[in-house]
Amino acid sequence: MANLCGVIGIGQTKYDAKRIDVSMPGLVREAALRALEDADLSFADIDAVVIGKAPDMFEGVMLPENYLADAIGATGKPLLRVHTAGSVGGSTANVAMSLIHAGIHDRVLTIGWEKQSESNAMWGLTISPPFGVAVVAGAGGYFAPLIHAYIERSGAPEDTGIRTALKDRQNALLNPLAHLRIPDIDFDKIANSPMLWDPIRYLESCPSSDGACAMVLAREDLAEQAPTAPAWVHATAMRSEPNQFPGRDAVNPQAGRDAAADLYKQGKISNPRKEIDCAEIYVPFSWFEAMWMENLGFAPEGEGWKMVYEGATALDGDMPINMSGGVLSSNAIGASGMIRYAEAAMQIRGQAGEHQVDGVRKSMGHAYGGGSQYFSMCLFGKDKP
Amino acid sequence: MRDVGILSFAQSNAKSELRNEVEILLPVVKEAVKASGLARNDIDFTCSGSSDFLQGQPFAFVMALDGVGAWPPIKESHVEMDGAWALYESWVKIQTGEVESALIYSFGKTSPGDLAEVLALQLDPYCVTQLWPDADSVAGIQARLFLERSGRSERDLAEIAVRSLADAKDNPHAVAKGDFDAAKLLSEPYRTSPLRDHDCPTNADGATVMVIASADIARKHGQRPVWIRGIDHRIDPPALGVRDLTRAPSAEIAAGKARVGADKIDFAEIDAPYTHQELILREALGLGDGVRVNPSGGSLCTRTLFSCGLNRIGDAYQRIASGDGDRAVALATAGHCLQQNLVCVLEGE
Amino acid sequence: MADAEPIKAIVTPVRLEYDFTAGKAATLFLRGLARKKIIGARSGPGQPVLVPPRGADPRTSELAAEAVEVKDTGTVVTYSIIRVPSENIKFELPYACVNVLLDGAAIGFFHVLQNCPLEDVRIGMRVRAKWVADDKLTTSVSSIEYFEPTGEPDVPYEKLRENT
Repeated sequence: MANLCGVIGIGQTKYDAKRIDVSMPGLVREAALRALEDADLSFADIDAVVIGKAPDMFEGVMLPENYLADAIGATGKPLLRVHTAGSVGGSTANVAMSLIHAGIHDRVLTIGWEKQSESNAMWGLTISPPFGVAVVAGAGGYFAPLIHAYIERSGAPEDTGIRTALKDRQNALLNPLAHLRIPDIDFDKIANSPMLWDPIRYLESCPSSDGACAMVLAREDLAEQAPTAPAWVHATAMRSEPNQFPGRDAVNPQAGRDAAADLYKQGKISNPRKEIDCAEIYVPFSWFEAMWMENLGFAPEGEGWKMVYEGATALDGDMPINMSGGVLSSNAIGASGMIRYAEAAMQIRGQAGEHQVDGVRKSMGHAYGGGSQYFSMCLFGKDKP
Repeated sequence: MRDVGILSFAQSNAKSELRNEVEILLPVVKEAVKASGLARNDIDFTCSGSSDFLQGQPFAFVMALDGVGAWPPIKESHVEMDGAWALYESWVKIQTGEVESALIYSFGKTSPGDLAEVLALQLDPYCVTQLWPDADSVAGIQARLFLERSGRSERDLAEIAVRSLADAKDNPHAVAKGDFDAAKLLSEPYRTSPLRDHDCPTNADGATVMVIASADIARKHGQRPVWIRGIDHRIDPPALGVRDLTRAPSAEIAAGKARVGADKIDFAEIDAPYTHQELILREALGLGDGVRVNPSGGSLCTRTLFSCGLNRIGDAYQRIASGDGDRAVALATAGHCLQQNLVCVLEGE
Repeated sequence: MADAEPIKAIVTPVRLEYDFTAGKAATLFLRGLARKKIIGARSGPGQPVLVPPRGADPRTSELAAEAVEVKDTGTVVTYSIIRVPSENIKFELPYACVNVLLDGAAIGFFHVLQNCPLEDVRIGMRVRAKWVADDKLTTSVSSIEYFEPTGEPDVPYEKLRENT
């Protein structure tokens, strides 16, 4: 029933704290034009646009995509705006892929973006209606207790997070587009950085970035004709669960496990650690790498931290994670999920430059959002499924 | 394309609600799920529409998940758009073959904020928003241009209001309703010329739920199947000075793609929050003068923002399901001055 | 004009006022706080008590409207030490933010811990609410000023696992 979809164009902006050199339309066009160029196409070749971003409070514009419609070549075309909290970049891509899978369009442009510097991201994340007391400051304050629970459960050594952060920040030095690139980064620099929300240190946290990421998707026969071989979409999955209820495991959420299981089933993967060559996963605070290794089935429960310790997730490890530097290095919230997908697709297409892993035949993109409750995932392959 | 049918629809609208979003949504979900004949756990996909800025809260849709049944974990997505577009995303998902049924919902409370101000944030943030043009005045600019281009009169607009409010009397879900006299309405002062109060929407709080499914499931339902025969949506450029505000090209294109003109249309439910917009959209949809528009009273009488587009589709479905018409067109709009439009053709078996 | 610097950015202040309604569930809770009580809600007898009440039981989507009072003592199921300032926070940095499973409730409740050295904050610690003076009680979570240790023995981790 489903038509095959290939990623034939990928474009990203330079991520930075404040992209003061471009307006909002300028930012999204930068990514869109790069993706079109990669695919050797123009806006006229696109049938539909699917755009996603996180809360509009981050830019202070309500439904900005209506304002951006002509800047992204959507005039006279279908335009959808997706918003699924932090996972939005991933779910936006999933929706765009559906349009190809369903045979409705031939070529779809999908964009994830955020220009957080326009407003105040921390405020945007902390607004609560007047009937609660604000006790947590920003996302880190919400997630730090989950990390404590993970440490308690798994017995993971205290410096596990620092090791992930070091690896991601070293990878970022190989990615010219990354926001945070710290040339003299080392273990001590991270360990000595200020503690923000115990146990998360400053250098174990993601930045707040401006940026956009775009992909051009095409149906099978058109993808075969693209100038650079496509990354074929083997499977997509999405799951959601409520953020608080009795007995909820927020550390190893069921929704994440179910989405991964669905993805592997569709993609005919029985041993993800062995069969998937690398993955870009959503790690906004260092400890999430260890936690997601378990949630995604790359490591048994309680042992995700061992993969970090063994160097398995390093660029030269047996399961490289976040070769681009990940969310820890660039976090334009609306884009971050799509960046994971894009970077995973780039690995298939051999476009990752200095952070390329050799011989990638299968890669995975992953995004999550809300109180670890929304999950979007995608499996790419060099060969058709 | 696979045949997709609407199984059920439920809505709740009120001038102003003291309940929070989950409390409003819960009974509407129950009603729609019950009427669908499916168990909640048997509905494969869930998709919603809402807006953070309307709610005054980021991630506003997260709270609603409690009321909709998300345990065990569900396949779920959300658009920051009217529920009509959540319907579109769900229809697409069924076309992929990945799911066979979907629960669509939308919600919004217009009462907490000053809607006219909130919607100013939807304009060009660099050059227009800081002038804080209220939504009614922006619509007024379009109305003025339209009256001049078309030769229609303020009286024509008042008659649309009178007709809609009278029709709304038969709609238990409509918020504004009653018998009014056009001449009397025209003697009232302008709210923002050429628009008077009766030309502007009655905003409401509420929630809407719809269940759709592929043909196999729809046929087992027991009631007359109502098929989505065509569905398409398009968008026009945003800048008010760039396009002809007296027309809705995006609606025209969508109507063509949805094949509105392929057969006779018995009635139309058009999401036109302002009276003059009904006339613009009639033209865009190519509806003859004889076609009845908004037997429900339309969004003019009940504008539950982010639900009202889906409500038009739902109202059309209910009318066909009850045997009052065979083929109808429903339209949902978004953005200022009909910038973006979704057109849906429904046909009873 | 030819010499004028190009404009790179403009500041456009936005101010919107919203009149929030708490909804029935939150109203139960807030009115309880004004009477120095912590009120949760459940969807029926034998069902888990949710504090604060949210309107629906997230696992079943049943209306959770039956009010049930829970104690103002409980156990810390997880925590974090907050060191980063934010406009909305009025507590002195650094402070411990705790998720407390109140006795009688089935889900944890976020608040602040005081009167405890930061290095002593731990999962399993028993705590009690410190209310504001009676004449300062209002329909707000700030009627509870903070939580503080009771000194009772810790609850072992295995008993809490399900709730962490």
